Amino acid sequence: MPCTVTMTVNGKTVSREVEERTLLVTFLREHVGLTGTHVGCDTSQCGACVVHVDGRSVKSCATLALQVDGATVTTIEGLAAADGALHPMQAAFREHHGLQCGFCTPGMVMSAVDLVNSNPSLSEQDIREGLEGNICRCTGYHNIVKAVQAGAEAMNADQAAKIAAE
Amino acid sequence: MPDAALPVPTISAIDGAVHSPRPHESAHKHVSGEAVYIDDIAEPAGLLHVALGLSAKAHARVTALDLSRVRAAPGVAVVVTAADVPGVNDIGYMGKGDEPLFASDLVQHVGQPLFAVAAHTRDQARRAAALADVTYEDLPAILTIAAARDGERTLVTAPMTLTVGDSAAALAEAPRRLDGRLAVGGQEHFYLESQIALAIPGEDEEVLVHVSTQHPTEVQHIVAHILHVPNGAVTVEVRRMGGGFGGKETQANLFAACAALIAKKTGRAAKLRPDRDDDFQITGKRHDFEIDYAVGFTDEGLVTGVEMLFAARAGYAADLSGPVTDRALFHADNCYHYPAARLESLPLKTNTVSNTAFRGFGGPQGMVAAERVIDEIAFALGADPLTIRKRNFYGVEDRNLTPYHQIVADNIIPELVAELEADCGYWERRAAIRAHNARSRILKKGLALTPVKFGISFTATHYNQAGALVHVYTDGSVQVNHGGTEMGQGLHTKVAQIVAEEFQIDIAQVRPTATTTGKVPNTSATAASSGTDLNGKAAQNAARAIKERLAAFAAERWGVAADAVVFAPGRIQAGDQSMSFPELVRAAYMARVQLSATGFYKTPKIHWDRAAGRGTPFFYYAYGAACSEVTVDTLTGEYVVDRVDILHDCGRSLNPAIDKGQIEGGFVQGMGWLTMEELWWDGQGRLRTHAPSTYKIPACGDRPRVFNVRLLDNAPNREDSVFRSKAVGEPPFMLGMSVLHALSDAVASVADHRFCPQLDAPATPERVLATIGRLRARAAGV
Repeated sequence: MPCTVTMTVNGKTVSREVEERTLLVTFLREHVGLTGTHVGCDTSQCGACVVHVDGRSVKSCATLALQVDGATVTTIEGLAAADGALHPMQAAFREHHGLQCGFCTPGMVMSAVDLVNSNPSLSEQDIREGLEGNICRCTGYHNIVKAVQAGAEAMNADQAAKIAAE
Repeated sequence: MPDAALPVPTISAIDGAVHSPRPHESAHKHVSGEAVYIDDIAEPAGLLHVALGLSAKAHARVTALDLSRVRAAPGVAVVVTAADVPGVNDIGYMGKGDEPLFASDLVQHVGQPLFAVAAHTRDQARRAAALADVTYEDLPAILTIAAARDGERTLVTAPMTLTVGDSAAALAEAPRRLDGRLAVGGQEHFYLESQIALAIPGEDEEVLVHVSTQHPTEVQHIVAHILHVPNGAVTVEVRRMGGGFGGKETQANLFAACAALIAKKTGRAAKLRPDRDDDFQITGKRHDFEIDYAVGFTDEGLVTGVEMLFAARAGYAADLSGPVTDRALFHADNCYHYPAARLESLPLKTNTVSNTAFRGFGGPQGMVAAERVIDEIAFALGADPLTIRKRNFYGVEDRNLTPYHQIVADNIIPELVAELEADCGYWERRAAIRAHNARSRILKKGLALTPVKFGISFTATHYNQAGALVHVYTDGSVQVNHGGTEMGQGLHTKVAQIVAEEFQIDIAQVRPTATTTGKVPNTSATAASSGTDLNGKAAQNAARAIKERLAAFAAERWGVAADAVVFAPGRIQAGDQSMSFPELVRAAYMARVQLSATGFYKTPKIHWDRAAGRGTPFFYYAYGAACSEVTVDTLTGEYVVDRVDILHDCGRSLNPAIDKGQIEGGFVQGMGWLTMEELWWDGQGRLRTHAPSTYKIPACGDRPRVFNVRLLDNAPNREDSVFRSKAVGEPPFMLGMSVLHALSDAVASVADHRFCPQLDAPATPERVLATIGRLRARAAGV
């Protein structure tokens, strides 16, 4: 049965008629055309498909689009500022070489941003555990952890600057 | 035109020069989701999605293949079988005819494709593929190395033997002798991006195939002979892969050929992305081996003779099993001098998926055997394994002949290991760990330092060539194209650095473009760690050809000698004329100077006579060493890696950041292979670890708690490699051996280090626990 799913994706309202069983990742990639969210394993193990639903990280290959009807979704394409300036976590992954083939990177960055939002004072151990659901085959995770640490610092600094400005 | 009144600003160095830690050229696109992988390419109108129908049997005659329900399924456009292949139904690179695109009357492994179905949606195609009615007549299936080796020993390809000295005499005369067998498991590549191909039909016989492959030229050849069209009708393109690791060297052929076949048959674009479970079952993996060894040695622990038999599970077809098992023999010495040796390979045919290339390409399995032999000697003599390792290192001036009769001419392993040994405090920590283990009843620590020497070059000499194409445009921007493929290793970044360095322009002006058989033909696989060595040199030669033309033009225009034209950072100096690169380029264009060039490179000095087992197959060696410390819970077999120290030789690194990334990633992947990654087939030949739910690769929490990685300083390649760098793709993978040996050391402590644990790989917690039990029983005299 086709159904209409409406959600806010990266700040824009999108509405599509899809089959009820349509996965969120399929909705985003094929119906909305946002291909930055990747499918790695098809079975919610690898984390390449992580997006934010109402600010929390979710594996979009194990979520139905219909389940998040009415929600606010952010994908990797929606993370940078309007002027194209990279989000501090994106910049940190680039600068600290937290990527090689780049396929896991969008999911990794989205998970990392959620980790910092949930706990601004992340320890190295928190990062290790927090990223267990995101698999990378290239880097050995060393630079990913470094990137998340640097990204967290930059996000916290941004936050502090915002508070000071207020 | 250059204007002496407006001098070009002087800069001291360009941005993105060689030897600088430049981020990956696509990093900004990786982090923003803009990097396009094949599944992200906008789909052409009318695209068909393809799914494969797979064999459920390991070895059987197919007596009936009824696809009527598949054809009738919703959305299905076409179904193809072996009968629909217009050319030769073979996707094997050797042309042996042993690897059909579609099996017809005989299936030889579970997961072998029998047919393909194309439908309007991927979901429809996958559902239709499940509707096939296949009638099988079972045949006896050989599933394991043991069954193949101890039975008729059918080989998929010719074996190889390397001999040096008289090993039989050496073993007979040796003061001491030990024999044993080592089992080492296979490994699934688990590239994050699965196999994928998108074929777009063109005019006449033409077809364009976007495919995630390390070897576009081979895909071109395979597609051409499947379709029965000239190679020139097929264009294969790949901008980037989401990981390869060897798993896309030959394994992409099937997906590309199938998509191309359907595209040409229907006149519509066709895309094939297998589900991850299917990818696991269809594609080959690292070869598992069982290695029989005999070593003769002196009371001081010096090896006098070695014999090894490398039995490998090749799977049902040859694929790359010949060169893979050859490379196991080439690395069965690792860093150690064998005065006499006989090394034999057995690439055994089994009714399992045809195993293939995987980072290290047999080398890791060879080295694991060498390290086991060293461990055996150390335990037999009650010596520290590191002492025995060092004692047996190749010499510099003597004791430097390999079993394949190449002289190790650039040996730096003694100094490298000495440096790491001191840096990581090996002996102090050895004492501390002994003390800890004496105190700690349940948690036992282990420590091991293992070296790596890896031969660089394809052992198939003709593969050691590369081409490149460099275009300079009239605004001074540059495109570089070459035969290598980008799979995350940073090849395009390094090649762009090389071109930027040659022209002395910022790297932002140099754009690497998608690899395509239409620009640079007849390329080699991006494999054997050789991507930068070969393609970097080819690109350098192309850039130099253009530079020479520019210099000749400038010399003539401004009346100076050609060698007085200097490409300085960001400007060109011709006598007292100074101009920017774009200014020179524009002037040269107006004077009708050609601003595009091809470049070519072939590795010098190498040659190999396989039948004789003699030659110089390697241009040089890359070296490294790792020291790992682990803690094992002796009640459960579970363990953690506490600390790893690595010192690795990248020559004069082209990009230290990328090279460190290769070392860290290679190490963790190697550790995964030897510890947690276990492929498990059941008695019917079905792979039961066919998804990440059951096949576990290292996750973030598995990375060493302390991870110190350093590049060896002041170590330019002694050979004339590109800017004296060294290849780095594969060598660090084998640094993971230090974890296996640290686990072995911890396990040995339960029996007071009296017995060599003979810990096989993968050393899963179950295997560690079983080995602990075996040693305790032996110590108790049970």
